[in-house]
Amino acid sequence: MSNRNFVTVDGNEAAAHIAYRVNEVIAIYPITPASPMGELSDAWSSAGKENIFGTVPDVIEMQSEAGAAGVVHGSLQAGSLTTTFTASQGLLLMIPNMYKIAGELTPTVFHVSARSLATHALSIFGDHSDVMSVRGAGWAMLASNSVQEVHDLAMIAHAATLQARVPFLHFFDGFRTSHEVNKIEQLSDADIRSMIEDEWIEGHFSRAMDPDRPVLRGSAQNPDVFFQAREAANPFYADLPQIVQDTMDRFAKLLGRQYHLFDYTGAPDAERVVVMMGSGVGAGEEAVKALLDQGEKVGLLKVRLYRPFDCRAFLEALPTSVRRIAVLDRTKEPGAIGEPLYQDVVTALADDEAWGTDSSESRVRPKVIGGRYGLSSKEFTPAMAARVFEELKSESPKRRFTVGIIDDVTHLSLAWDREFSTEAEEVTRAVFYGLGSDGTVGASKNSVKIIGENTSMYAQGYFVYDSKKAGSVTVSHLRFSPRPIDSTYLVERANFVACHQFQFLERMDVLATAEPGAIFLLNAPFEPDQVWDQLPQEVQQTIIDKKLKFYVVDAIKVAREAGMGNRINTVMQTCFFAISGILESQEAIGHIKKAIEKSYGRRGETVLRRNFAAVDAALDGLTEIKVPAKATSDLRRVPLLATEGTDFVSRVTSMLLAGRGDLLPVSALPVDGTFPTGTAKVEKRSIAQDIPIWDPDICIACGLCALVCPHAAIRTKAYPTESLNGKPKEFQTLAWKGKDLPNHLLTVQVAPDDCTGCGVCVDVCPAKSKEVVKHKAIDMLPKRDHLERERANFDYFLTLPELDRRELKTDTVKGSQLLQPLFEFSGACAGCGETPYLKLLSQLYGDRALIANATGCSSIYGGNLPTTPWSTNSEGRGPTWSNSLFEDAAEFGLGFRMSVDQKRSYAEYLLKQLAEVVGHDLVEALINSSQESDRDIDAQRERVGKLRKLLERCDRPGARQLSEIADSLVRRSVWIVGGDGWAYDIGFGGLDHALTTGRDVNILVLDTGVYSNTGGQASKSTPRAAVAKFAAAGKTVRRKDLGMLAVSYGNTYVAQLAMGANPAQTVRVFQEAESYRGPSIILAYSHCIAQGIDMSTAMTHQKDAVQSGFWPLYRYDPRLAHIGEHPFRLDSHKPKIPFEQFAMKEGRFAILARSDPKQAEALFRLAQSDIDDQWNYYEQMAGIEREISSSPEGNNHHEP
Amino acid sequence: MSLDLTTRYLGLKLKNPLVASAGPLTGDLDTLRRLEDAGAAAAVFPSLFEEQIEHEEMEIHNFFEFHAHSNAESRTYFPETISYQSGPEEYLKKLELAKQSVSIPIIGSLNGWSDGGWVRYAQAIEQTGVDALELNVYFVPTDPTLSAADIEKQYIELVARVRESISIPLAVKIGQNFTSLPHFARQLSTAGADGLVLFNRYLEADINLETLEYHPDLVLSNRHEARVPIRWIGILRDELDLSLAATSGVHRSQGILKLLLAGADITMMTSVLLIKGPEFLSTLLEEVTQWLTDNEYDSVEQLKGSMSRGNCADPSALERANYMKALVSYTTQD
Repeated sequence: MSNRNFVTVDGNEAAAHIAYRVNEVIAIYPITPASPMGELSDAWSSAGKENIFGTVPDVIEMQSEAGAAGVVHGSLQAGSLTTTFTASQGLLLMIPNMYKIAGELTPTVFHVSARSLATHALSIFGDHSDVMSVRGAGWAMLASNSVQEVHDLAMIAHAATLQARVPFLHFFDGFRTSHEVNKIEQLSDADIRSMIEDEWIEGHFSRAMDPDRPVLRGSAQNPDVFFQAREAANPFYADLPQIVQDTMDRFAKLLGRQYHLFDYTGAPDAERVVVMMGSGVGAGEEAVKALLDQGEKVGLLKVRLYRPFDCRAFLEALPTSVRRIAVLDRTKEPGAIGEPLYQDVVTALADDEAWGTDSSESRVRPKVIGGRYGLSSKEFTPAMAARVFEELKSESPKRRFTVGIIDDVTHLSLAWDREFSTEAEEVTRAVFYGLGSDGTVGASKNSVKIIGENTSMYAQGYFVYDSKKAGSVTVSHLRFSPRPIDSTYLVERANFVACHQFQFLERMDVLATAEPGAIFLLNAPFEPDQVWDQLPQEVQQTIIDKKLKFYVVDAIKVAREAGMGNRINTVMQTCFFAISGILESQEAIGHIKKAIEKSYGRRGETVLRRNFAAVDAALDGLTEIKVPAKATSDLRRVPLLATEGTDFVSRVTSMLLAGRGDLLPVSALPVDGTFPTGTAKVEKRSIAQDIPIWDPDICIACGLCALVCPHAAIRTKAYPTESLNGKPKEFQTLAWKGKDLPNHLLTVQVAPDDCTGCGVCVDVCPAKSKEVVKHKAIDMLPKRDHLERERANFDYFLTLPELDRRELKTDTVKGSQLLQPLFEFSGACAGCGETPYLKLLSQLYGDRALIANATGCSSIYGGNLPTTPWSTNSEGRGPTWSNSLFEDAAEFGLGFRMSVDQKRSYAEYLLKQLAEVVGHDLVEALINSSQESDRDIDAQRERVGKLRKLLERCDRPGARQLSEIADSLVRRSVWIVGGDGWAYDIGFGGLDHALTTGRDVNILVLDTGVYSNTGGQASKSTPRAAVAKFAAAGKTVRRKDLGMLAVSYGNTYVAQLAMGANPAQTVRVFQEAESYRGPSIILAYSHCIAQGIDMSTAMTHQKDAVQSGFWPLYRYDPRLAHIGEHPFRLDSHKPKIPFEQFAMKEGRFAILARSDPKQAEALFRLAQSDIDDQWNYYEQMAGIEREISSSPEGNNHHEP
Repeated sequence: MSLDLTTRYLGLKLKNPLVASAGPLTGDLDTLRRLEDAGAAAAVFPSLFEEQIEHEEMEIHNFFEFHAHSNAESRTYFPETISYQSGPEEYLKKLELAKQSVSIPIIGSLNGWSDGGWVRYAQAIEQTGVDALELNVYFVPTDPTLSAADIEKQYIELVARVRESISIPLAVKIGQNFTSLPHFARQLSTAGADGLVLFNRYLEADINLETLEYHPDLVLSNRHEARVPIRWIGILRDELDLSLAATSGVHRSQGILKLLLAGADITMMTSVLLIKGPEFLSTLLEEVTQWLTDNEYDSVEQLKGSMSRGNCADPSALERANYMKALVSYTTQD
């Protein structure tokens, strides 16, 4: 008998636990939501944890999922037990190898956190569109519906594949299952070992490629035998269902949990049955139970083995009494007769009807309808499931339907009863609102673990995040119950609500889910007797109406006194246990402390002591508020529905901002994923505590503050003195000192509601008061003291005229910062190191830029709804932006360039055709305008305007088309933007190719040296000695020198820059790269939270990066070679501080010195020699003369 | 008769009065052994700084928690499973190893921060088997409502608490800025200090003229600094029955001899050994030995305190704080 533990883990860990133990090689590539499986495996491997065979699995991170699949295929062929984890686009990249692996009957299991495929938009959330896209690959497909099932079926899949030789795709719903924390019974290693027969493993070994037993595999075949050979594998598929069922039976004997290929639940004499798979089954099952209680004859058929689809097992599982079936698919297949599962069910029934089976004798042929639900993790609730059963009752049900949305276009949706609930009395349901930074999610996970692992109760946690990186709001949904919890939907009726951030009350209805009589716990920065009067009236009224029990605690005060800063998690957690009644208070405190010890024990005694102190002090600060009879507050919740902006913004964007996007009908959304830009400005999040306040008396008008601001929230504007009319009283100005703008004023202005309070601007400000050194030209001061004034000032600032860019010297920091940013108020992390570059790009070229953005942080803060920071100027011009995929941004952008050039070519052709109408001089000017400067470009725009006017009166063929594409005659600036994960790894092939084409594309690599968006995995840009995921012991190899690879082509403009170290060089590089009529690549040093740094001083810290030689600045300009000069120029000085001095200021390096001082010493030494060697190399490069023969202009004949 | 160089400090019998004070040389096993070979009679291991430990622990905690669980795509940003050393364990292990690696006495050193920290870490250091503990106490008062008495009280209570919690000899290293050092020193003695180390050299901040920022920096001592401990040791020697260690400006054999004459039981040095290498200690020892021999001393004990305030010919020179002409007496005083 095995010793089994009950553990509370999420779906990813439940799968990885099994996969790690039964494999020898694991090849992965990070992708949400599957990344944690790879990360856990890597962490276990680094820690030397063994699999059940006594070896430590070798885990490798590859450059893409395609690469990972290749390694898996190779490793399997060479005889090792091998696995991988992926999702969505990653799975698509594995398809070619998946066909090979199946075709060669190779046993393996891929664990997939099923996620939406990018179509009209990317979505990181869950549905079956990815797994359904590989259903033709010849893999067995096994669906898990809950965390426990993920664990169990992972085991069954691994056992069955070895026996059957058919590879398995084991999938579960991304986020809903992959990230749900639940209490499960964990298989012991003995259990796992006993599920796998030695002879199956030996069979796998015996088929391995081995020069002692040489074979030829992967042959090329001709028409004579390919077909037959393909059919030769049929018996393996025929045998597979029985093997899976046998494995399930063996599992049941061992563990007591019985699974079948199809599991039916409900009335034995059900007339209406829903067929589905995935996490929605949990909600479906609750609906069935509720309807059975009401006497309805309903049932649910859960599909587990989806491929091969075993018709016999399906029909046997289906009660013969069934009259109507609804098949629910969590995917969409436009143009198909129905979605895949629907089609399989219909085919199985039709086949049975046509040809009969054993069970067909007594069966009345049921009618089948098919519906879609839950795309991209759209909620699927028991109410929706009940509505589907209801639809089956109808005389003429919708044969194709959707549920969970309102479809007012094709009217496919079913309206469901929002009052229908199956939440059981015995279940405690708690909802916690927090900020990402306050530890609410961590504490909530801890609470689930405390209950799950210390009591006989069951616990479930699911966590919802918004899409902002700065000031992100988290909502934790927790359930506690004496019985296992399969409620796979958000808590809708909470009997406990905690709001960990007082300011949320102003902006969202945190009590919407509170049931009457529920407990409300609020963290309030006030004395208890003052709290009530500080609540918005709506909140007071809800507390009164719902008769809530209201508790408050000043958690920040308690946390600070305990030395925990703003981390209020343990304080709030203690209060939760004290008043929720789930556990006796003292018992709970004991468990909390144990949990703290478990979670943070390794972080040292201080961390424990301070956390314990916070726990001990929490209850002293907890007070129950006697709720007054009347709501008396003068305060009101801030309306989030924008009153300004376009129609789209007020109809759609404002709903998203208010958290009511679920209520938008189909008609409200664009049909093709096209959205207006310039929407971030309507979203006034007001998240800063302190904001920069300007003192013109000290300011030297350098423009640095505006340049480095990651959010375009501090701006400089110069304007004619006479334009200053009706200014607010406290609006500040400074006389413009340069001769270039006589009679002008300058204002440095903060956007107080858009600032994140990162402090980067103040850190870089060089102007200090002569009398009080700490006082700078901008100081971070409490927002509350300046908000009203600065709001009025900023509104007025926006009304001041923008300078005519033709008059500006834009190749300087100061000049560039007088240009209007067309990238503003992004939701990037406070202090982000990437966004200042994008903002600069937008200032310089935004009005004529096309941007191809690789997936990553920049595509999230750039294009994740509800809003986008990409914006327009007063003429409506601005960057046009799109994200294709992660791997193809270079190709995608190259396509822009080809298309733009081709369009221009056609416009030139039409111009020539219409020369008599247009006039030869204008044609000549339009075609030959050099467009080297803003002045030239403006002149060209004027010509285009003139041309359009002329064409208006022309009815010659081509005139209308020319008018339509005439804008292509204005020079376009094509930018390809992405991070180092894209440029160095997954997108390198395309990037490399784009560089060789000689086409005029500008590639901007926002180089953080790590996969930032997916949580800090190592890339080939990760520097030696840095700790990252997949480099837990410090990266052992040096950073790939992408710049020099690009230089090797000769005709590519290449530059490496660091804005914080040399802002002037940064501006110059952008100018040179853009003006170069061939390919350009800019490697932009981007500091990032994933480097473990102080974000407020990160720009200044870039100086250390450059001064240590860690990040030398250089420019390689082929144009210089053409005129006989050295094309490679070093823009930074010889390293003058040691690498270690720079490195020890960054957590990514410093942690290695803590975790493995010897390794740190060795790697730091190597990193120093990398720097010395690189500097030596670059110095020599700077002396090299080159003759670049192929002028890129030759490749780009469309733009002179 | 051969020269007896031995001295007693904190109840320990030392082979000579030259001790390596807490610094980078004593923290490294290799240089520690070299110091022993050069003749150092004992060595003070570098201080365990509670504040630094706490700071680093919290920093590592914050490092892992920074932006963790904030975003759907990234629960964390660093591999959580790496094992790292943030607490005092590594320090204590190193100290224990140092003690085992040499045969000369090793004195632990502690700079505490919190009330509990002093006692907790003092006990932990004692557990490593060191021969004595030196408390490295300093406090830079900035609060004008805090009196000298308040501060002295904190020191006294602290020493008393540590004294109660450990049984090895206890020295207290203090700065020179006390209004009445003899009174304060007596209180420390009463509280349980077995010896005083005079004086602590503080990290002083410099101003960077380019950035207009303070840069805390430790500069090496110079030989003239020994004048301060010479005075105070000379004054304290006769008043207190405890060990006195001289530190600050011990660069030359002359300085060592002067400090011993004033009453020091031992002299401690770091700067000179950093500049000239650990082996320079043997040169100093030879010179001291030579001088004692040349001047026909039998032992260091003989020399120690022979010029204390009570034993010197003209104690007024010790007491004089400002330049004035020597007060010449023209007649014999009655």
